[in-house]
Amino acid sequence: MSDDASVAITTEFSGGLEILFGNQKKYSLSVPANDEFGAPANVAFLVRYLCDKVMKDPRKELFVLDDTVRPGILVLINEADWELEGEAKYELQKNDHIMFVSTLHGG
Amino acid sequence: MPPTPCALCHTNRALILRPKDHSKLCKTCFITVFETEIHHTITTNALFARGEKIAIGASGGKDSTVLASVLKTLNERYDYGLDLILLSIDEGIKGYRDDSLETVKRNAEQYGMELTILGYDELYGWTMDQVVEQVGKKGNCTYCGVFRRQALDRGAARLGVKHVVTGHNADDVAETVLMNLLRGDLPRLSRTTSIITSTPSASSDPASNTNIKRSKPLKYAYEKEIVLYAHHKNLDYFSTECIYSPEAFRGSARALIKNLERVRPSAILDVVRSGEDMAKLVPGSDEGCGGTCSSNRPVAEEEEGGCGSAAGRTVGGDMASVEKQLAQNETATNNDLEVEITSPRPSTKNGAVPLSNGKKAKKGITPKKTNKQVMGQCKRCGYLSSQEVCKACVLLEGLNKARPKNKIEVGYDVQELQQRDQGVDGVADAMQQTSIGGE
Repeated sequence: MSDDASVAITTEFSGGLEILFGNQKKYSLSVPANDEFGAPANVAFLVRYLCDKVMKDPRKELFVLDDTVRPGILVLINEADWELEGEAKYELQKNDHIMFVSTLHGG
Repeated sequence: MPPTPCALCHTNRALILRPKDHSKLCKTCFITVFETEIHHTITTNALFARGEKIAIGASGGKDSTVLASVLKTLNERYDYGLDLILLSIDEGIKGYRDDSLETVKRNAEQYGMELTILGYDELYGWTMDQVVEQVGKKGNCTYCGVFRRQALDRGAARLGVKHVVTGHNADDVAETVLMNLLRGDLPRLSRTTSIITSTPSASSDPASNTNIKRSKPLKYAYEKEIVLYAHHKNLDYFSTECIYSPEAFRGSARALIKNLERVRPSAILDVVRSGEDMAKLVPGSDEGCGGTCSSNRPVAEEEEGGCGSAAGRTVGGDMASVEKQLAQNETATNNDLEVEITSPRPSTKNGAVPLSNGKKAKKGITPKKTNKQVMGQCKRCGYLSSQEVCKACVLLEGLNKARPKNKIEVGYDVQELQQRDQGVDGVADAMQQTSIGGE
């Protein structure tokens, strides 16, 4: 994997977040294997990448607050709560499924 | 990181970190634990009686969808003997509610429950789209909230159902506790923290004008776990925000709750418990006995603006509505606030804004010795209300007045202005005369 320039992952948005991503729930992405500083790409980098490259809505603040995922948005890494996986520091692996679920929208 | 095993079964991979106790559970164990806890909430608070017919206030959103799913599961697993039906309110918001109602219709089929949809137009003669056209986007949530509360009760009465359950979760209750704390409204805090409330219901037939019981079986369930439950059980729910309150959570007590949760997840249930404890301190509160031993249940709160009810969300205008509420409290004829404040109130400093009871005391009105809202009937619609005219009728009156009189009122304003100017300024006088002549 180390010689690969990118990591193939899938991301999914739900709970209303898909609105920020062109009403598309699932994305298959090729994310750079290393972040801006040459370190292995982690979830923090993925979030920045999503904001810059994938999000079509200008309202970034509905997804990100203080450089991390907004409180009230759940992150599931291969179905597991990201808090069990090291949160933003989790390093992306090939074929990972990263899901963002908003709890903030209408009940 | 090596996968963490489930704290309960020790075999499956843990997927869920529970906010209330940090336990790590696998999917299967989480679903069981979540359901069992709701079962405990139901049994320890004696929410249901065998054979009871219960309407689930269903919006198609995550909370009510999870509530319907869990109640169906528990009703079968523990043989509650309940007759569960779905009751949905159609506020008349194109592109939002009509979509979410499609979800409710699917849920009705999936869960095999009877569904009744009741529209604002048939209840009030106004859809929310029309209300917004009339009053604008600001403040329309007040109308929606007030109308919705009555709508659920009226719908229930129509169906002959005496008990409505709603999907309010722990985050919702914590938010309400904080909002009432910020308002300084302990009596309301006391009423809203109660897991069971009763709302008087309107009916043309006075004989059937019975109390409708309300309860919140998800009161101790974290919003996070509700969403995870829906996710892991693949429940079909609708999650687009109301088009009239976009970005509703910004700057609201909601955001505060979510930030607290990020720092210390147990904070949400702690706020709920604090709310309950504070409620016990409110004189005359039924919470003193735990809220359930008294046959005299706290009266349900009249909806106080915002879509904080079935939708579980309050609006960004929260803080503004606090101020409005404070102003309203000052003029409220309701005496229960006075009793609250009189005894333990520290003396006010000079120049401090006098509390409402101070004014009344000067007028020589003796406060009643009741702490509860005194419920009477609304003179207009017969719905029981603490005021002479219920909130819905007050709002409707405003709407109906504004509809045909719009132009005439503008005319009045101009005249009044002109009259005022006449007295003050001769120039204005002259100008105005020409303008009248022109007309």
